[in-house]
Amino acid sequence: MGIDRAAVDHVARLARLALDDDERDRMRAELDDILGHAGRIQALDLDGVEPTLHPLPLVNASRPDEITPSLSQSDALRSAPEAEDGRFRVPRIIEDA
Amino acid sequence: MTPPALHWRPATELAAGLDAGDLTSVELTEAIIRRCDDVEPHIAAFLQRTDERALTGAAAADARRARGEALTPWDGIPVAYKDIFVTRDVPTTAGSRILERWVPPYDATVVERCSAAGMPLFGKTNLDQFAMGSSTEHSGFHPSRNPWDPARVPGGSSGGSAALVAAGAVPWAWGTDTGGSVRQPAALCGIVGAKPTYGLVSRYGMVAFASSLDQAGPLTRSVEDAAALLSTAAGHDPRDSTSIRDGAPNLLEGLGEGIAGKRIGVVEEFGGEGSQPGVRARVDDAYGRLERLGAVLEEVSLPSFEHAIPAYYLIAPAEASSNLARYDGVRYGPRRVATDIVAMNSKTRADGFGAEVKRRIMIGTYALSAGYYDAYYGKAQKVRTLIVEDLKRAFQRVDLIVCPTSPTTAFKLGERTADPLSMYLSDVYTVPVNLAGVPAMSVPCGTSPDDGLPVGLQIIAPVLDERSMFQAAYAFEQDLGWAESDEGRPNL
Repeated sequence: MGIDRAAVDHVARLARLALDDDERDRMRAELDDILGHAGRIQALDLDGVEPTLHPLPLVNASRPDEITPSLSQSDALRSAPEAEDGRFRVPRIIEDA
Repeated sequence: MTPPALHWRPATELAAGLDAGDLTSVELTEAIIRRCDDVEPHIAAFLQRTDERALTGAAAADARRARGEALTPWDGIPVAYKDIFVTRDVPTTAGSRILERWVPPYDATVVERCSAAGMPLFGKTNLDQFAMGSSTEHSGFHPSRNPWDPARVPGGSSGGSAALVAAGAVPWAWGTDTGGSVRQPAALCGIVGAKPTYGLVSRYGMVAFASSLDQAGPLTRSVEDAAALLSTAAGHDPRDSTSIRDGAPNLLEGLGEGIAGKRIGVVEEFGGEGSQPGVRARVDDAYGRLERLGAVLEEVSLPSFEHAIPAYYLIAPAEASSNLARYDGVRYGPRRVATDIVAMNSKTRADGFGAEVKRRIMIGTYALSAGYYDAYYGKAQKVRTLIVEDLKRAFQRVDLIVCPTSPTTAFKLGERTADPLSMYLSDVYTVPVNLAGVPAMSVPCGTSPDDGLPVGLQIIAPVLDERSMFQAAYAFEQDLGWAESDEGRPNL
């Protein structure tokens, strides 16, 4: 199975990566190569094998629901590219009606 | 024989000097600063130095010790951190331009615990961006170099930490290991590097790459130092829900018990042509030495290990593609201007991430995308089970498993960057360990007769049996005597 340019474009869009044409061409070849190698495991018969989701048999970690110190709003905002009125500011998401 | 200069001494020896009053932390820190000034132009191992902060911390440690209030034996011994541990008020980049100028508002648990033990923070070290790489050539800033031969890589991704420790520039440093990123640079630089059981050390404040595989680990010049540094940071942390609830072991206890009667497995599948002849020669010597020390060696078969690289290069990128979604130009890091938010996200990410990070995000996104999840990620998670089962079977017969850490010695800068797959294949001996979650460490076994570069022996232990692993590494190191000799120090 090969990776075509349309697949690269689709995945780049999903991953929110604005790749240029050169990058897309290179990425197509490299993904083909790497997924070709990694895809070898598709030939294995693994019916009945349970997936390992975590290397250790940990159960869910829970704790008492108590308020503990956390980041202040100003600390949380201090590295933001743009902030306003105690919030992160971003470009427009929804068009005006 | 004159004793080695201050900056070459292991931390445990420095601690004794501090305790005896032969040495102050300020004197030690000044010696370290001078040594770093000398070697840094050759190895480019730092992303950020914090000399002033370290000296302030050292003076405070000296004052505590003078009052008889030293926090721990390590109070006043500086430590460097791979720049993937977040440090309050000290910029943290994860080696990537996408976090350039980010100043974290909190400390990682590893940093918090080492600081509480009195260790001053001594700089942030270079790495492959987001720990993705085996050479530091994928750093967003500059590559680092191997103190044994500056034309060669120090390994990666914790290459900056490894190069500094190997160059006698810092006594010890922290790295992280997702597929070998502590053990491989330790091997390539001729030092000790340990990856504990998944969950032994908190991942809180470690910039996430592949969350089910990432573990912090120490890089040191002696096994004893590695045991001390790891024991300082290990233990349950409520802020990391995957951290193990059991109490953390003090690995210094019983370190010298030896390995007489221990059963040690040699991996049948790793015997042949897979490694350079010089690596094989040194590792074969190491097996002989373990036998002379009283261990009983036998072959073990781990057939599933051949599927580890394919499984790893699906699981790690898949988890990375999810973890790295947070770098979107909204909350931290630089932002590229665009009229709508999707374009802003996409341009910011395209400019901020390096080529290797983009490659892995693309692989991971593809492997997780509709129609491919079962074929790639789902199947890889089942391969992981095969590896866990193979190791469990082997550990019914043997106490520990040994093999080379890396199939080659340090390679030249530029040698593998053109072919990502060839770089990935250099992790063949280390990635199965992360997939299984078991502990493993690399301990130096001398230099290759072919090129005079260091070779590492990897020791793999069952889940949470760090103690046996460290005992074997210590017995081997003490008998070999290489690390403490002039031969064990690069000529830099």
